[in-house]
Amino acid sequence: MNRDICTATALELGRRIRTGELTSVETTRAFLDRIEAVEPAVHAFLSVDGERALAQAAAIDALVAAGDPLPSPLAGVPVAVKDLLCYEGLPTTAASRMLEGWVPPYNSTVVQRLLDAGLVILGKTNLDEFATGSSTESSAFGPTHNPWDLDRVPGGSGGGSAAALAAFETPLAIGTDTGGSIRQPASMTGTVGVKPTYGAVSRFGIIAMASSLDQAGPCARTVADAAALHAVIAGHDPADSTSLDEPVPDVVAAADSADVAGMRIGVVAQLGGEGYAAGVEQRFGESVELLRAAGAEIVEVSCPHFTQALATYYLIMPSELSSNLARYDAMRYGLRVGDDGTNSAEAVMRLSRGAGFGAELKRRIILGTYALSAGYYDAYYGSAQKMRTLIARDFAAAFEQVDVLVSPVAPTTAFKLGERVGDPLAMYAGDLCTLPANLAGVAAGSFPAGLAPEDGLPVGFQVMAPVLGDDRVYRVGAALEGLAGTADLCGQVPDLPVEGSGEAAK
Amino acid sequence: MSVQYSSDELMDYDEVMERFDVVLGLEVHVELGTRSKMWCGCSTEFGGEPNTHTCPVCLGLPGSLPVVNKKAVESAIRIGLSLGCEIAPWCRFARKQYFYPDMPKNYQISQYDEPIAFDGLVELEVDGTGYEVPIERAHMEEDAGKSLHVGGATGRIQGSDHSLMDYNRAGVPLVEIVTKPIRGTGTKGPQVARAYMAHLRDMVRALGVSQGRMEQGQLRCDANVSLMPKGTTELGTRTETKNVNSLRSVEAALQYEICRQGAVLAGGGRVKQETRMWNEAGGFTTAGRSKEQAEDYRYFPEPDLVPIAPSREWIEQLRAGLPEMPAVKRARLQSEWSFSDLEMRDVNGTEGALDLIESTVAAGCAPAAARKWWLTELARAANERGVLLEDLPIAPAQVAEVQRLVEAGTINDKLARTVLEAVLAGEGSPERIVEERGLAVVSDEGALSAAVDAAIEANPDVAEKIRGGKTQAAGALIGAVMKRMGGRADARRVRELIIAKLS
Repeated sequence: MNRDICTATALELGRRIRTGELTSVETTRAFLDRIEAVEPAVHAFLSVDGERALAQAAAIDALVAAGDPLPSPLAGVPVAVKDLLCYEGLPTTAASRMLEGWVPPYNSTVVQRLLDAGLVILGKTNLDEFATGSSTESSAFGPTHNPWDLDRVPGGSGGGSAAALAAFETPLAIGTDTGGSIRQPASMTGTVGVKPTYGAVSRFGIIAMASSLDQAGPCARTVADAAALHAVIAGHDPADSTSLDEPVPDVVAAADSADVAGMRIGVVAQLGGEGYAAGVEQRFGESVELLRAAGAEIVEVSCPHFTQALATYYLIMPSELSSNLARYDAMRYGLRVGDDGTNSAEAVMRLSRGAGFGAELKRRIILGTYALSAGYYDAYYGSAQKMRTLIARDFAAAFEQVDVLVSPVAPTTAFKLGERVGDPLAMYAGDLCTLPANLAGVAAGSFPAGLAPEDGLPVGFQVMAPVLGDDRVYRVGAALEGLAGTADLCGQVPDLPVEGSGEAAK
Repeated sequence: MSVQYSSDELMDYDEVMERFDVVLGLEVHVELGTRSKMWCGCSTEFGGEPNTHTCPVCLGLPGSLPVVNKKAVESAIRIGLSLGCEIAPWCRFARKQYFYPDMPKNYQISQYDEPIAFDGLVELEVDGTGYEVPIERAHMEEDAGKSLHVGGATGRIQGSDHSLMDYNRAGVPLVEIVTKPIRGTGTKGPQVARAYMAHLRDMVRALGVSQGRMEQGQLRCDANVSLMPKGTTELGTRTETKNVNSLRSVEAALQYEICRQGAVLAGGGRVKQETRMWNEAGGFTTAGRSKEQAEDYRYFPEPDLVPIAPSREWIEQLRAGLPEMPAVKRARLQSEWSFSDLEMRDVNGTEGALDLIESTVAAGCAPAAARKWWLTELARAANERGVLLEDLPIAPAQVAEVQRLVEAGTINDKLARTVLEAVLAGEGSPERIVEERGLAVVSDEGALSAAVDAAIEANPDVAEKIRGGKTQAAGALIGAVMKRMGGRADARRVRELIIAKLS
């Protein structure tokens, strides 16, 4: 590994490329080499487009050489994109057989903004199939391994983006978060992941899982890097009706200030206690104390309906998912099975969907179809929407008292591959801390709180802020990063086996 | 294509009317004439090469999202206001879910329990009697693509070996107008339905939201009808007839269904709840999809779109800008033109005639003459060509010009018909045609006199009768003169000359 490049922060790389100390091509090459070396062990990527990445890098280097202004502080810095976002010319699969080899003819708004800001797209990262999972094990193309312990999951659904960061395969990544898919993998890999306010980042061109919950956001190893990436991708997009037409909060300044003196921080009573691993509780408690010592006022806040978030989420998410996935019918694109002249279009649809979707996806499609059925709608989808309103009211009431809410990100550290595959309820229960923010559309982020003493694995600290209060998330996250000294937590990732050489890759 | 026949038993319409009450329900889709589609910027133009008016959004590609066409919302509100509806201060779109290859997303974005407009009323007149059509709702939705089934004899999916899809129409904005059950139409049900369709067509045209061309599918009617025995109050089982693509077919299809259902019920049978397809060529309906098992569309609010919340000010602004409604306009024009009820009924009964006469009058033509040309000569020409009056290649101003030439004595009525034919044949303006073809009436007294003399000489018997005081026999001589002059003579002047020469 080219340690000088691969372990540097994205902003540092950006600065060195801007000043000519380093070229974007060199930088990009270093990460492409690292990807080649560790991918057999980690499997964070589903596709890598080195040729186009180097061309994008060369274009930035040409701007630097000509003395032209660069489009953003991250110009020339590589980024990896979750394989749920359309990137013209490169397969976008959603980690599903259904879309294997499908190449989108257009760019998602987020990808377009990355390109416009001069970032270099390395490739597409692994995820649970159509983002439905919490471990990246439901990917049709094999699981991603957690660089902290290759026998463990990196979390999910955005395990690819998080693992790529922890393995120093990229300095930045894009994730999407429907119920915790950015935050929980960040927590399990010792990285930073933020789910912005719903509507802050355009959903256009991002393969939908549950439209009212999906939100793309930044993943990085430091809070400042995440904030810089947030600033690049956020902002109103007329192509997404649910995109907020409001100024983006100054997250970069917030991350820079890292000042929590006088801030009121609420610890959610319902998110902790029984069922939480000792190391998770310990690191969470210590983090709260660090923030208190830095001048924050800590209060306990009750959000009584958060206990219903899991049940609410598992009605709304599958309902929207079942509808969003109806378009994958083999008629226009994607996998087609049984088109041998003997089957009707309807039969081909059935055969293709049967063959193209994995078990977890089918489970959710069936759940959602059932919940929306005539006669069940009111009892399931209807009451879930009412509960969603109550959860949002809990947030509103809490934010009357405090500036941000905090909690653990997940009840446990990274679990073993295969451990929860046969037990969907245990898998789902792992999301209970992250779900309320999606249901209410508020901003939330996961920040490294250190390692759990019992297993040496990373623990995440969640900060939640009101709609469009994304800057507060970064302010608290940056403060914790400084206080807990976690900016270089991934430096403690054990050496990874390297393809071919048998040498340590670090 | 061979005409199919039906083996349905039919009851005589008058007998049905004696034994049953008719309840109608009409669902009408209006294709809006917006330039772009409902959720994307693609063109709505009819007839492009297949799949050329498409993009990731209207093809439902992964990741694509809809954005509402504001003009379509405005059109829907104006339609709602014109139907006397309330406009919802807040409403949402909903997904109507079913799998079909012509629907790229396998759900249609429509509205479910929150239509943009609801509770309206349309008042109509049929043969001098007033009828009320209560409106349940008008809501916005998107159109589907078109399937072309290849390899079968009928062009239907049954028996075909493959299908081709054209998504040019996918995502074109529609407004669906649904009536409440229409009762109390007596024996006039089918006519009321036809008058209602004509009203909607005129209305959407007056609003400028659609051309309302039924033959191009811009106005599509699903006609529901059920019968209930006189004296009972429980609604009968209804059928829904589709593929009704002209005003005439609306009336004919309903009349057919009424007679068919009458025979079924009178024979002790049960009307099956089903979709029926109108066979235009054969003039009958055939059974389509059974609707006995209600389909579950799993409607839920469309999460990709924000709610529509038209402000009171906007609605009032749109209301203030509404054009004169067709019935009001008809009454005003009838009075301005001094047409009798009977004359007006002919105008109203001919598709497009009212507007064409209005434009012709505006171009300087007398109302009676405008009415005459459009309802006789030109109506016949349209009939022969199998097109609508408005599709004839003649402009109202040209009709007015023909009438001006008649009034100036340049041509007579008979020559005027020739000129109109020539305009339709693309020979240019009426004036040019008269000039180029030498159609002007001959006013040269010498030539006329010579022709009269020749006619007298050739018909001594007739001349004798006239000399004897039987002036009504002059007609035969006038005919002979006209023939000799190639029709280019003023008949009144010819008559004067004949009488003068023979008295």
